[in-house]
Formats: sequence, C-alpha cells, structure tokens
Amino acid sequence: MEVREDVLNKVNEILVEALGADEEDVTPDAKLVSDLGAESIDFLDIVFRLEKAFGIKIEQAELFPENVLSNSDYVVNGVVTDEGMTVLRNRLPHADLDRFDEDRQVEHFWDIFTVDTLVNFVMAKLEAAKS
Amino acid sequence: MRWIWIDRVIQLEAGRLCVATRNTTFAEPYFHANAAMGIDGDAPPLMPHPFIIEGMAQTAGILVGHAGDFKENVILAKIARATFHGTMPPGFTLRFEATLERFDRAGASTKGRVERIDPAGLEPAFLLAEIDLLFSHIDHARQKIDLPEQPFVFSGALMELIVRTRDAKPIA
Repeated sequence: MEVREDVLNKVNEILVEALGADEEDVTPDAKLVSDLGAESIDFLDIVFRLEKAFGIKIEQAELFPENVLSNSDYVVNGVVTDEGMTVLRNRLPHADLDRFDEDRQVEHFWDIFTVDTLVNFVMAKLEAAKS
Repeated sequence: MRWIWIDRVIQLEAGRLCVATRNTTFAEPYFHANAAMGIDGDAPPLMPHPFIIEGMAQTAGILVGHAGDFKENVILAKIARATFHGTMPPGFTLRFEATLERFDRAGASTKGRVERIDPAGLEPAFLLAEIDLLFSHIDHARQKIDLPEQPFVFSGALMELIVRTRDAKPIA
C-alpha cells in the first residue's frame, strides 16, 4: 500500500517531467495551471503518466471534468450555476471546491487543481483498487 | 499532412507497433542549409533534429491512426521527450520504431526509438534518438476553429504511402 508521501513524491516527479516545472515549484498547494504552467493538452499527458506510474486506469473525464463548463445549464454569463456546482462536486470528489464556490467564475475554475488534488485522486484510486 | 517525411512503412501491427524508414541524400536542400549556418559556412551537413522528430511523429501518427481505423483526425499535441545521442549526416538511413503506450478517446501516447543505419555497412547501426510523443484526437464539438468534418489527416499521399507499403508486410 502506497503511503501519501510516496504518492506525493511520484506525483511531483510526473509534474516535473510533464510540465518541465522546477522541482522547488512543485509544492502540495501549487496550482497546475497558474503556478506550474499546465496547458489543456498537459492534462491528458498527466493522466497517462499517472496511470503508468501507479498501475491504475483513469477513465475519460474522471480526473478533470468534461462537458460541464461548456454546458449552458451549468454556466451562465461565465458563472457556474447551483446545478453546475452540484455536478462538479459529484464528479470531482477529490477536489476542494469550497473556495471556488465563493466566486464560481469559470476563468478561476482550473485553479482548483493543485498538486494535492492529484495526490487525493491517486490515493482514492489506490484505496478503491484495494477494496 | 502532405509533407511526407518517411519513405516506407515496413511493419504495422494494430495497436502495438509501427516501423518506418527514411533514406537521406546529400541532394536534399536542408543539408546545405544546415552547413551554411556554420560560422564560416562550413558546418557539417546534418539533418536538423526537428526533422527527425517529424519522421517519428508521422510513424507514430500512423500507428495511432491505425489503432482508430483511421477514422479519427490525429494530431501531434506534445513532444513528451526527445533525447538525441548522435547526428544524422547524408547517405544514411533512419529507422523509426514507434510503440503504442496508451490509446483512448481523447488521444494516445507513444514511445519511439530512431536508429541510424549505414546502407554501405561500413558503420554499425546505433540508437540515434529516443522520442516519446502525445497525440490528440480532434474533437469537433470542442474546437473553436473551423475544421473539415471529413478526415483530413489520413488522406491523400499519406494513405497512399500506407496502402502501398501494406504489401511489404500485411497488417496484423
């Protein structure tokens, strides 16, 4: 069974390789997009690398959401609706959405994905695989 | 993809492997352009590394396209790694070997090895480069730019190349 520190170290290595980030910048609360420079295609790269490193299978949109922010039922005038927040919370149990819930601006959405978010996700996947 | 940078597909195994080759000749203009960039215009004539990456991108792109029955438009999204161990002068052959690591609806990742082979047999072949790539399947629903609805990557000259070389070794 992987302990959180081991998972964190592997995730850090993945982000250094995938994003070309400096090791000292990859801290648990570092935001993938605004702090580490991740772009949309990097999310696919990160998913593939996590699968390989931890021997897990990650379904499409399991880690990063799909068809939510582009849905007019969930986003109105650049702000996520109550219905949209419910969908996001259901789909992203590994992410801390409380701060995002305060302003709900779509342009701030990707800031919810931090290094810790990835670690939470991997820990949950490993736990699920064990049971 | 009309700029074909490989000569032959010599092995294509569904969802696993694609091997292609490219021969080089001193008549190709980029060798001279590269030589002219030397301080005194006398740098050695070498194939620029981005051209070698392009050869791998086409080889691996065929592998990814084949895995999706050539129905998806596959585009190179990211060079995950490109490590070079030597140079590529004219008169040698490049052997591109791409293996499929991961494939799903969103895209695919490949690992690649490039060998430099001496057709004259005077020098041993060696590992010239290791190139790992990430491909994306174009999702029309999410594109902000207007793209053709029909497949535009695997068409024309590239498909002719694949079909022509299928006879060399049938697809598994």
